[in-house]
Amino acid sequence: MGTELTDTIVIIGAGQAGLQAAASLRQEGFAGDITLIGAEPEPPYQRPPLSKAYLDGGLEASRLYLKPLEFYAKQRIALRRNARVAAIDRQDKQVALAGGEALSYDRLLIATGAAPRRLAAPGAELAGVFYLRSVADSDALRAVLRAGERLVIIGAGYIGLEVAAVARKAGLAVTVLEAMDRPLARVAGPEVSAFYEDLHRGHGVDLRLGAAALGFEGKDRVEAVALKGGETIPCGAVLVGIGVAPVTGIAEAAGLATANGLLVDDHARTGDAAIWAAGDCTNFPSPLYGRRMRLESVPNAIEQAKVAAANMAGRDVVYDAVPWFWSDQHDVKLQTAGISEGADQRIVRGEAGAKRLAVWSLKEGRLLAVDTMNDPASFIVGKRLIAAKASPDPKGLADPAQDLKSLLS
Amino acid sequence: MPKIRFIEHNGKEHVVEAEVGLSVMEAAIRNMIPGIDADCGGACACATCHVYVDEAWSAKTGKPAAMEESMLDFAYEPRETSRLSCQIKVSEALDGLVVRLPEFQG
Repeated sequence: MGTELTDTIVIIGAGQAGLQAAASLRQEGFAGDITLIGAEPEPPYQRPPLSKAYLDGGLEASRLYLKPLEFYAKQRIALRRNARVAAIDRQDKQVALAGGEALSYDRLLIATGAAPRRLAAPGAELAGVFYLRSVADSDALRAVLRAGERLVIIGAGYIGLEVAAVARKAGLAVTVLEAMDRPLARVAGPEVSAFYEDLHRGHGVDLRLGAAALGFEGKDRVEAVALKGGETIPCGAVLVGIGVAPVTGIAEAAGLATANGLLVDDHARTGDAAIWAAGDCTNFPSPLYGRRMRLESVPNAIEQAKVAAANMAGRDVVYDAVPWFWSDQHDVKLQTAGISEGADQRIVRGEAGAKRLAVWSLKEGRLLAVDTMNDPASFIVGKRLIAAKASPDPKGLADPAQDLKSLLS
Repeated sequence: MPKIRFIEHNGKEHVVEAEVGLSVMEAAIRNMIPGIDADCGGACACATCHVYVDEAWSAKTGKPAAMEESMLDFAYEPRETSRLSCQIKVSEALDGLVVRLPEFQG
């Protein structure tokens, strides 16, 4: 065990996973040097508020920071900001920064995250077409959220719907264009989609399903969106929220295997014995679900980074957390646990049309996932049942009068 | 600035200055108090910022709202005075607040 605790560790990516790994390494007793490299100007910060309270204008940027600036000096973590990594030299165990500087490592963590997918359509490069991933993006978008204007949002996923809620609250007219026949189609079942369709329409969002943007019109800035079918919607700004792709370019260039993300094992280790990876950029095996997956979530970044750090510090820990996620839209908190892919049965708890609902997804009787809206009890019980690979009584899941705690014993 | 005293499960005490308008959780994170995880960043979605409010301060901090109460129901060893610290806003009236941390979070 000796040498691990005084090695030099370099972490590429100063987001949620990168920061968590650095903090956890110190908690594990790692005493060597840690360098945390981030491309953005800010120190590591939380992204979820960028489409919620921060966009709304209620928070200063420093409220987003995951740790105060004093943390890095106190924990002897060398934080490099505005620093891009150009290449990884696995032979010489060096990371080359864009400016030419080379940093040596004994152990490396890649936590490069994911980046918004760009829309390929005529006019998509016009000013006034926004994506949302960073503090800078959120600041730019907030500047155009003026009451009375129309915002067109491409994509009824989490980003699109959260921004729709903020924009409506700010007094804008909002049109959401979704190519699928229901919102949140990638991540949720029909009952959850219907709940969100009603919620947004009830708040005056012009939600268009089965709709596609063909292009954007305007001279210097976007002035209108052209839809498939011929309609044009005039607008002051456009937000594109059509998903993210894992950032794996430098890893691939260094010869590390990728397939829908940078491939790691259940210890968060890549094919290179000195390199680990964690967070949005990874593709990893889930012991709970018996297959590989890539997740786009804060809890995954935190939990996987903790496992990577433990293993980099010489321990032997398997990553086997239950995936979970939350989203705040209007006055509804969505909390989901598990992955519902492959479910053959869905059970609804609560009334469709009510403000509180839980949808349980099962496969051959075993609980795979639960999607909850304003129902934290179902979320927490569901998460525990999923972790236990339980096959709970469907009547207990469906009946709002039954105390959920009884399902845990 | 109001002061908050955090008492870890092992008895270790930390007195910190907390900006009015932040949550007690944010004051803990900013001052690197061990034992508060705040995995969801204050969204009332994870119950890892759980604290026991000192009885003398219960009335001033108030009771949890419905959502928080549901989350607390499942926190580690909840008590009468349990709160999720991300839901307690720091104000001048809370100057001198004392909270204790549970043995585990989540």
